Amino acid sequence: MEPVNQIDGRAYPFGLKNVDTDVIIPAKWLKTVTREGLGKGAFEALRQDPDNLFDSAEFAGSPILVAGDNFGCGSSREHAAWALGDMGIKAVIAPSFSDIFSGNAFKNGILTVVLPQEAVDRLMEVARTDPISIDLENQTVTTPFQDRFSFEIDPFRKHCLMNGLDEVGLTLARDAQIASYESKLARERGFLTHGTSIAA
Amino acid sequence: MAKTPRTLYQKIWDAHVVEDRDDGTSLVYIDRHLVHEVTSPQAFASLRAAGRKVRRPDLTLAVPDHNLPTTARTDAAGNRLPIEDPESAQQLALLETNAPEFGIRYIGATDREQGIVHVVGPEQGFSLPGATIVCGDSHTACHGGLGALAFGIGTSEVEHVLATQTLLLKRSKAMEVRVEGELAPGVSAKDVVLHITGVLGASGGTGYVIEYTGNVIRDLSIEGRLTVSNMAIEHGARAGLIAPDQKTFDYLKGRPYAPKGAEWDAAVAWWTSLATDPGATYDKVVTIDAADIAPSVTWGTSPEDVLPITGVVPAPESFADASKQDAARKSLDYMGLVPGQRLQDVEVQNVFIGSCTNSRIEDLRAAAAILKGRTKAANVRWAIVVPGSGLVKEQAEAEGLDRVFTEAGFEWREPGCSACLGMNPDKVPAGERCASTSNRNFVGRQGPGARTHLVSPAMAAAAAVTGRLTDVRELV
Repeated sequence: MEPVNQIDGRAYPFGLKNVDTDVIIPAKWLKTVTREGLGKGAFEALRQDPDNLFDSAEFAGSPILVAGDNFGCGSSREHAAWALGDMGIKAVIAPSFSDIFSGNAFKNGILTVVLPQEAVDRLMEVARTDPISIDLENQTVTTPFQDRFSFEIDPFRKHCLMNGLDEVGLTLARDAQIASYESKLARERGFLTHGTSIAA
Repeated sequence: MAKTPRTLYQKIWDAHVVEDRDDGTSLVYIDRHLVHEVTSPQAFASLRAAGRKVRRPDLTLAVPDHNLPTTARTDAAGNRLPIEDPESAQQLALLETNAPEFGIRYIGATDREQGIVHVVGPEQGFSLPGATIVCGDSHTACHGGLGALAFGIGTSEVEHVLATQTLLLKRSKAMEVRVEGELAPGVSAKDVVLHITGVLGASGGTGYVIEYTGNVIRDLSIEGRLTVSNMAIEHGARAGLIAPDQKTFDYLKGRPYAPKGAEWDAAVAWWTSLATDPGATYDKVVTIDAADIAPSVTWGTSPEDVLPITGVVPAPESFADASKQDAARKSLDYMGLVPGQRLQDVEVQNVFIGSCTNSRIEDLRAAAAILKGRTKAANVRWAIVVPGSGLVKEQAEAEGLDRVFTEAGFEWREPGCSACLGMNPDKVPAGERCASTSNRNFVGRQGPGARTHLVSPAMAAAAAVTGRLTDVRELV
């Protein structure tokens, strides 16, 4: 995964509360065969409106989404995180997130920033006209108007995001331990180690 | 100092821990990974995007089953027939190219070994006792019938296993479900597991790995044990387990991917040592009297909604808690049933014999034994038998079972998941009922508006003959 540190750019002033993953990506998109390409299904119902935020010339392609309380509630579908990532979103700022969504976002390299409602309200206001900056290393969100909001993040998640480590990447870093287990397995229970090669 | 007695689950877990982590999870080695077309495309795409390889392609086996139509796959000249649904066709085509690209053995749609992953794994000797087995499908619990620790995983975990051959897991609690006594005539492994699901409830096993024990479980054939463990997930368990024994070894010996020669002997010695030690304790024990188990049928939209065929549709008010009353009302409304109605009076228009729960040779024999010399009732519009694999199909044909089915008015199909899950053309029409040997009676599971009654293969055959849910004991 791409390492995440500094995220600068325009932010969708979205702000809706209790946005569930059915809203983020409707069920009909689940028969897809890739994680890519789900961006065109993202917020599909909302995008029926020709004046919607996501397709406006000013905001389309913004790397940040400013959202309301309880973002990503409902179904556990990982497709929600895939859809946001595919539309270019690298961070979502909200007063709170559903646990499952924030886990899925993390697994897909999307930063979820939790800030108090007042801070989110101020960022909504700035986002309408100006860019926002997120500095993961220093855990701050800033605006061109001297606003500076600090946020908390689990140190393990921060480490993973900053180093571009997904769970697969992290486990791959334990390669020596896995290889050592495999050697022990070959010695002690070699009969389990052949799989389909036995009949070859 | 004597070792602490351990359960079968603890022994398999301990043998697979690569390392324990500070956060309470463990990195656990996965011995076997089954891959099908629906939950794998994104995992392969991510590997490709990150330039990663499959760590152990030799421990991975791919076979299409969910989307594959069960009608003829080749024309008279032997040419492959196209898959009509474009999305299914694409998922199937991707598995066919992903598997060789990543060096994975692929059993294709027209290979004689093709079938439902959970039938193919044991049949090929790919699934082994004491192994950790995963698949992007919740009915992976099935392989626990051989004494394997087997469970379903999501797409990110499929990718994780492909890349690392491990998973980060937290150990589950251990439950023993002990079934003792003598099964009445007409009662099958399916009735046993439906009854267990009724007793435990659909979430009774949540957080547990369940070991099924007792003389009734020991006396089941391997096919029967696979049927029981298959539905562990229907009472919420992460996995089911049945201790491997001589029957298990006899079943596996000589299968293509089973250990050979000296390794076979070493394997049997280890598998034999896995049985739960005397004095080992489970976190929970549930005891079931075999005498309480009747030929069973579900009436609602959760697998826990199960009753003896001699029963009547329950009144929602008969349930103690308010949320279950509410659920029962919704279920009866969906199912078009009224409280007090005799289950044996419920007419069915469709009969499905198949699925990873009940599509093995023994299941087909049990159904054929009821159907022999009989035909389906006039009101049964659609009756199909879908063998679990090409090898099951060949065996059944060698025994003449296909003719018993077709003479009774059943369609004899190609292997696949079929009408279990409404992802391929085999669907039950809205508002119609199906006596089904599958594992889930969820709303819309067999097609939008379809009404599913879960039963054993013999009970499904009996329903086909009379055109209504029927006590199979009337026909034997």
